[in-house]
Amino acid sequence: MAETLIGLEHIDLTFNPGTVNETVLFTDFNFKVDKGEFVSVVGSNGSGKTTMLNLICGTLSPEKGRVMLEGNDITKMPEYKRARRIGRVFQDPAKGTCPELTILENLALADNKGSLFGLSRGVNRSKLDYYKELVAQLHMHLEDKMDTKVGALSGGQRQALALVISTMTPIDLLILDEHTAALDPQSSETVMELTLDVIEKKKLTALMVTHNLRYAVEYGTRLVMMHDGAAVIDSYGKDKSAYRIEDLLKTFNEISIECGN
Amino acid sequence: MNIFLGLAETVLKEGLIYGVMAMGVYITYKILNFPDLSVDGTFPLGACAAAACISRGMDPWLACLVAILAGALAGCITGLLHVKLGITDLLSGILVMTAMWSVNLIITGGSAILQFFNKPTIFTSGPVKLLPPALYSHRQILLIFILALAVRLLLAWYLSTKNGLLLRAAGNNEQYVTGLGKDPGVLKIIGLSLGNACTAFAGCILAQMNENADINSGKGMVVMALASVIIGLAVFRKLSFVHFVTMAVLGSVIYKACLMAALQLGLPNSYLKLLMAVLLTAAIVSERFGKGGKANG
Ligand SMILES: Nc1ncnc2c1ncn2[C@@H]1O[C@H](COP(=O)(O)OP(=O)(O)OP(=O)(O)O)[C@@H](O)[C@H]1O
Ligand SMILES: [Mg+2]
Repeated sequence: MAETLIGLEHIDLTFNPGTVNETVLFTDFNFKVDKGEFVSVVGSNGSGKTTMLNLICGTLSPEKGRVMLEGNDITKMPEYKRARRIGRVFQDPAKGTCPELTILENLALADNKGSLFGLSRGVNRSKLDYYKELVAQLHMHLEDKMDTKVGALSGGQRQALALVISTMTPIDLLILDEHTAALDPQSSETVMELTLDVIEKKKLTALMVTHNLRYAVEYGTRLVMMHDGAAVIDSYGKDKSAYRIEDLLKTFNEISIECGN
Repeated sequence: MNIFLGLAETVLKEGLIYGVMAMGVYITYKILNFPDLSVDGTFPLGACAAAACISRGMDPWLACLVAILAGALAGCITGLLHVKLGITDLLSGILVMTAMWSVNLIITGGSAILQFFNKPTIFTSGPVKLLPPALYSHRQILLIFILALAVRLLLAWYLSTKNGLLLRAAGNNEQYVTGLGKDPGVLKIIGLSLGNACTAFAGCILAQMNENADINSGKGMVVMALASVIIGLAVFRKLSFVHFVTMAVLGSVIYKACLMAALQLGLPNSYLKLLMAVLLTAAIVSERFGKGGKANG
C-alpha cells in the first residue's frame, strides 16, 4: 500500500457565495495522490482542475474540508509555506519566472530556495558553470544568455526555465497546470520531454493538468478526468495503460451531450 | 559668476538631500511598484524627530539614527496596513501620512516649527571639525555629498544581496517569491521601511542644515520624489554603467536645478508647487512615450 502524499478531504467550495454569480464548484470532493504517482488530469474548461491545484497549493482555501500533506492537516498553512515542498509551473509563462531579472539572477534565487535570503551576495558567480550546465540540458542555448533579462525570452524558453526553476531544489510534489498550453507544437514537445525527464530523474510525484489527451494517455501512471467539480474517470495501473485517446474522447463527448452543449 | 556658483551649490545641496529621499522612493515606486504617499509625512517626521532629540541635547549623529528608525517604523506601518489589512497601496500611504501630521506635532510639542539654533548638528560638530579651514566653509555640501554617497552605496549593496534580489523579485512577480517559499508581503514591508527610512533621513539632514524642523516641510514630497526618480531614469537610462539608485539621486539634482532656474527667471514663489505638479506630469507623460516608442520599435 503506497503512502498518501497529498489529500483533499470532503472539500466544499463555492465562488461568490450569496451573489448572483454564485458558482458551487466542489461539494464533498475527495482526491488523493500517492507518493511516486504521476497523475495526468484532463477535463473541460471550468471543470475545476486549476481550482483543485489552487486548493492543494494554498492559493485558495476550502469552505469545508481539509487539505492533508503526509497525514498532516495543512488547510491553514499559507501558500508560500507549502511552496517549500511543492513546485509549480503555471499555464502562463510569465508566472514562473521574474521578467525583470536575468536568467542568472532567476536561477540564483531559485537555487537558494529553502535557505535564508539574507545579506550575502545575491548571485554567486562561482556557481555560474553549474547554472549553465542546468540550462544547457534544455538545448535552447540559454547558457549563452545568462545575463539576458528573462522578459526577453520566448514563451517556450521561459516555460522551460520555469520548469528548471521549480525543480532545482528538492520538492515532494511537482504541479503542472497546462504548462505546455501556451507553446507552439514543437516547444510544447520539448518542454514535455524535459518534464518527463525531470520527473523520472528526480523521482518526483507529479500532478499534471493538460488538454492534450495524447499526453494524458501516453504519460503518467494515473489518469483522471474532471467534470463539474468531480473526478468522473480515475484509472491507474493496467486500466490506465489500456486507455486510448478515442476512449477519452468518447467520455468527453458523452459528458458534453449530457450537459446539453 | 560667484552668484552662479552659490546657486549651483544650493542646487547641489538640496538636490542631494532630497536625492536621499528619491533613492528610497526608487525602491518603493520603481522596484515594488508601490506609489507610497506616506513620504509626505515621514520626511517631516525625520526632521521633527531629529530636532526633538538635538534640542534635548542628544548627539546629532544619534539623532540621525533615531530619525531613520522612526521613518522605518512609519514605513513598516504603511506596509502592514497594506499587506495585513488589505488596504490599497494609495490609501495605506494616505493613512500614515495623515497620522504623521499628529505624530509630528506631538514630537515638536505642538509647534509648527521646532528650532534648535546653536545646538550641535552634524554640520557643526564631530567629523566636520577635522576639515582643513579652507574646506570648512564648504562643509555642508561636502558632508551632504558624503551622506548621499553612503546611502547610495548601502542601497546598491543591499539590492545585490540575496534579500535585495528577492525584494526585486517581489516587485516583479509576487507569485515567483511565493514559489520560493517566501512571503512577498514581508518583502513589501521591508521595502517600504527602507524607503521611508531614507525619506526620514533626508528630512533629518535638511532640518540639521537649517537648524529647525518644519512640520510643513513634507508638502509635495511625493511629487518631488517621484519626479526625481522618473527624470533620473529617463535621462540616464541608456547609460548602463550608472546604477539605478544613482539615477534617482541625480534626477533629484536635475529636478532642483529646474525649480531653481524657474525661480531665477522670475517665477513667483507661490507658483512653485504648481510647477512641481507640472514637472511630474511632464515626466510621467514623457516616460510613457519613451516606453511606447520602445515597444513599437
Ligand atoms: N476566483 C474565482 N472566482 C469566481 N469563480 C471562479 C474563480 N476561479 C474559478 N472559478 C470558477 O470555477 C470553475 C472552475 O474553474 P477552474 O479554473 O478550476 O477550471 P479549469 O478546469 O482549470 O478550466 P480550464 O481548463 O479552462 O483551465 C469555473 O466555473 C470558474 O468560473
Ligand atoms: Mg485551468
